[in-house]
Amino acid sequence: MVPPSPSGVGAATVPRCQITRPEHAGGRGDVPDRQIAPLAPWQRVELALMALAVDPAGLKGLWLRSRVGPVLDRVTAALSALPLPLRRLHPLIGDEALFGGLDLTATLAVGRPVQAEGLLARPATLVLTMAERCPAGLAARLGQALDGPGHCLIALDEGAEADEALPPALADRLALFLTLDGIADSDSAPLRLDAEALSAARDRLPRVRIPARAGEHLTAVALALGIPGLRAPLLALRLARVIAALRGHPGVRRGDVLTAAELAFAHRARTWPEAAAPNVPPPLPPDPGADAEQADSLDLPEDLILEAVRAALPGDLLEHLAAARAARALTGGTGAGEARSGHRRGRPLPSRPGKPDANHRLDLIATLRAAAPWQAVRRRQAAPPIPISSPPGEGEPPLFARTAIPHLATLAQPASLSPLVGEGGGGAVFQNRSLHIRRSDLRIRRHLERSERVLIFAVDASGSAALARLAEAKGAVELLLARAYARRDHVALIAFRGSGAELVLPPTRSLVQAKRRLSGLPGGGGTPLAAALRLAGETALRVRARGLTPVLALLTDGRANVALDGAPGRDRAEAEAVQMAQSWAATGSASVVIDTASRPEAGLKRLSHSLGGVYLPLPRADAARMSQALEAALAPLKSD
Amino acid sequence: MTRTARQPFPFSAIVGQEDMKTAMILTAIDPGIGGVLVFGDRGTGKSTAVRALAALLPSIDVVEGCPVNSPRRDLCPDWAQGVADRIVTRPTPVVDLPLGVTEDRVVGALDIERALTRGEKAFEPGLLARANRGYLYIDEVNLLEDHIVDLLLDVAQSGENVVEREGLSIRHPARFVLVGSGNPEEGELRPQLLDRFGLSVEVASPKDIETRVEVIRRRDAYENQHDRFMKTWRPMDAGLRNQILAAREALQKLKTPGAVLHDCAALCLALGSDGLRGELTLLRAARALAAFEGEAAVHRRHLKRVAPMALSHRLRRDPLDEAGSAARVDRSLAEVLP
Repeated sequence: MVPPSPSGVGAATVPRCQITRPEHAGGRGDVPDRQIAPLAPWQRVELALMALAVDPAGLKGLWLRSRVGPVLDRVTAALSALPLPLRRLHPLIGDEALFGGLDLTATLAVGRPVQAEGLLARPATLVLTMAERCPAGLAARLGQALDGPGHCLIALDEGAEADEALPPALADRLALFLTLDGIADSDSAPLRLDAEALSAARDRLPRVRIPARAGEHLTAVALALGIPGLRAPLLALRLARVIAALRGHPGVRRGDVLTAAELAFAHRARTWPEAAAPNVPPPLPPDPGADAEQADSLDLPEDLILEAVRAALPGDLLEHLAAARAARALTGGTGAGEARSGHRRGRPLPSRPGKPDANHRLDLIATLRAAAPWQAVRRRQAAPPIPISSPPGEGEPPLFARTAIPHLATLAQPASLSPLVGEGGGGAVFQNRSLHIRRSDLRIRRHLERSERVLIFAVDASGSAALARLAEAKGAVELLLARAYARRDHVALIAFRGSGAELVLPPTRSLVQAKRRLSGLPGGGGTPLAAALRLAGETALRVRARGLTPVLALLTDGRANVALDGAPGRDRAEAEAVQMAQSWAATGSASVVIDTASRPEAGLKRLSHSLGGVYLPLPRADAARMSQALEAALAPLKSD
Repeated sequence: MTRTARQPFPFSAIVGQEDMKTAMILTAIDPGIGGVLVFGDRGTGKSTAVRALAALLPSIDVVEGCPVNSPRRDLCPDWAQGVADRIVTRPTPVVDLPLGVTEDRVVGALDIERALTRGEKAFEPGLLARANRGYLYIDEVNLLEDHIVDLLLDVAQSGENVVEREGLSIRHPARFVLVGSGNPEEGELRPQLLDRFGLSVEVASPKDIETRVEVIRRRDAYENQHDRFMKTWRPMDAGLRNQILAAREALQKLKTPGAVLHDCAALCLALGSDGLRGELTLLRAARALAAFEGEAAVHRRHLKRVAPMALSHRLRRDPLDEAGSAARVDRSLAEVLP
């Protein structure tokens, strides 16, 4: 599909100064050509919002990573310029609110089913607040909604830690990404999106011509950046059209392609081609002779686009996003990612009769269900003219929502409950359509908690035996992972050598990811045991914050000889290792020390004592034996 | 939530991904093969293919208003209400099972509307009822919660959904082709669920620039010159549909030589796949492929073509084998069926 390059005219001959740059982001008409310069951060924000306002449904939305502050307020204020109505979502929003459902109040009031409309029923700008906490289930639903026509999503991601970020299922579908970190209040200005310019651009958009090369360039660059999947180039292409429309170009020009790549690719990049293979010619050589008009506007060596993309990346953002991707593997694998406290956690069990209190939440639907079959009988009973005695088992006094079910009021709007309450407040007189709920109907929610385990392997990669031991450890990790599903284990791997320790494999249950990460693990150097234990402790902390149980498996054959700060010296290194081991023991987490030395090492036995764990001498262990021994040693720990 | 403003992307316009397309066509020819699992990166056209398949599938005859899409009036469940006597033609149902769906939504539950407003104990059918005689599509199947997975396993096995709760005792047929997709980097699938899928294919983003550009080009044409694009591709889809229908017919008369049966058994033995399900699926898939290609009998090459997708997910996982199961199937294929 790619036309061959007939001439040797390559990237070097392309005059860089001809790339069209607008005076300012919302600029219209042709502006004299200028030297290529990346957009200033605030210009980028402005342009992204303009583009989104022109074609919200086509671009699908914006991932906005920022902490709360005046700058974010300015951006969110500008969202009102979008042509679709704004609807706010929060991460714990239920299906009822999204897809609609029975309007209980109206239904009871009129006596026939009344459906309430869900948020997704009409095209809207969905504003997802606290998007970093968005559970996988909601992400999947929103993703489906975005795949259909009409919607646009603004994900407000306040993630602070590396492992807090928008779920990838959503991030992949949104064309635009902005981070407001590093934009000071003084750098920003109130955003005034010119409604006239927007509607003019909207009119122009269907007529914007797009040269075939634009798609080729964007695809090639996406590939060079290691962006998997083809949504990114598609969205970038769409964005290029929108930008061309905004700038009043009749067709997409290279400035538009550059800007589109900058806005749509920067956050998705996984590799920089220069880092992998320097001086590789751009994958798609430009072809100036193909078409005069196109050559004028669209000769774009990929490295130029790459340059633009790179300019859009503030500092360590790339690493942060990579870490977030890796960390998501854990949260994604644990299921719905529901709130992890109290009785909201774990697999839901059928609710059972009981009284709601501080620890037990009322299951409203189950309660209504329990009450439903009795309504006819109870209505007859409650009818004033014929007083009848209560049947056995139904003898309790009628109960009113407002007075006797305190939790009902917190679950639903108090106003929506008022029609449920019979006339006369606490009396026994009911209207015909009122709902009769008795104490025996009350159902409380129950959840089954199961503790999932994270096995943190800390593997000694130091010295001569490193290679063999590492291979064994890798094998053991993979064996454990292969059986992990049934046992609900996750596995993490820390390698320590030289002056420090490194988290090679963040907690995961994915065999594929583990294999990818474990290939090419280097070895050699000293034994910074304390650093490894500290890193294990930090990992355990994060693991525990997710409600999982960390277990440490330390694989080594020697004694500590590198201190925390990387300095060699056996005494201090050992003292620090013991200190770290004690702090691990203080958390009450289990541990196993596997001694792979040919003769059992007394120091390691002492260390396992400090760790409060099991000591397992296992010279010349192969992967299978090691995983067996580990399972045996850890088996009693499963009893909790 | 889906508006019918625009037809889905045509199946025949999907660039590459031959394995995935073949697997889906085979299940359309013979639903008994039992579903497809598509594993691969994001944005490789998994969802697009499933939705395109829905538009491609031949229509089915259903009793109007029947919640489980019964073909005849006497097959409608007795609890169903508002069932007419007319038979209407409907597109094959393709039902999405969203992540985080509740058990009630999947199996069905007491119709709380009717219970509250009319005091009747009625059953509100769930997604499994709607998917009967059609497809059940689970995106991100590897992130599905365990209790929903258990539920699906049970129903996929028995072909019947049994609801015993809240004083209801209801059963209805739930035979559907399970189509799952997911990204293996985000979690593995339980072996028991893997086994329920007849075929499994791996998709990856095309690695060469030309294919990628072609994908972008077609998608762009689909979005921006919709009518023209559909006009080009609709006849292709129609041709494919006719081919599927013809293959369904031909399947009945297709011959299976003894040598092919022998090949099947030898291959499964060499691979050590558990149970006989692998062999049965392999044979069914090979037959469907032969029928699709208009052959009178199954040949060894059909077997060889479908063996990786029918068997690779049934092998005992060997985590120390770097190459993966698909390569093992290929290796055995080369040895056993030269």
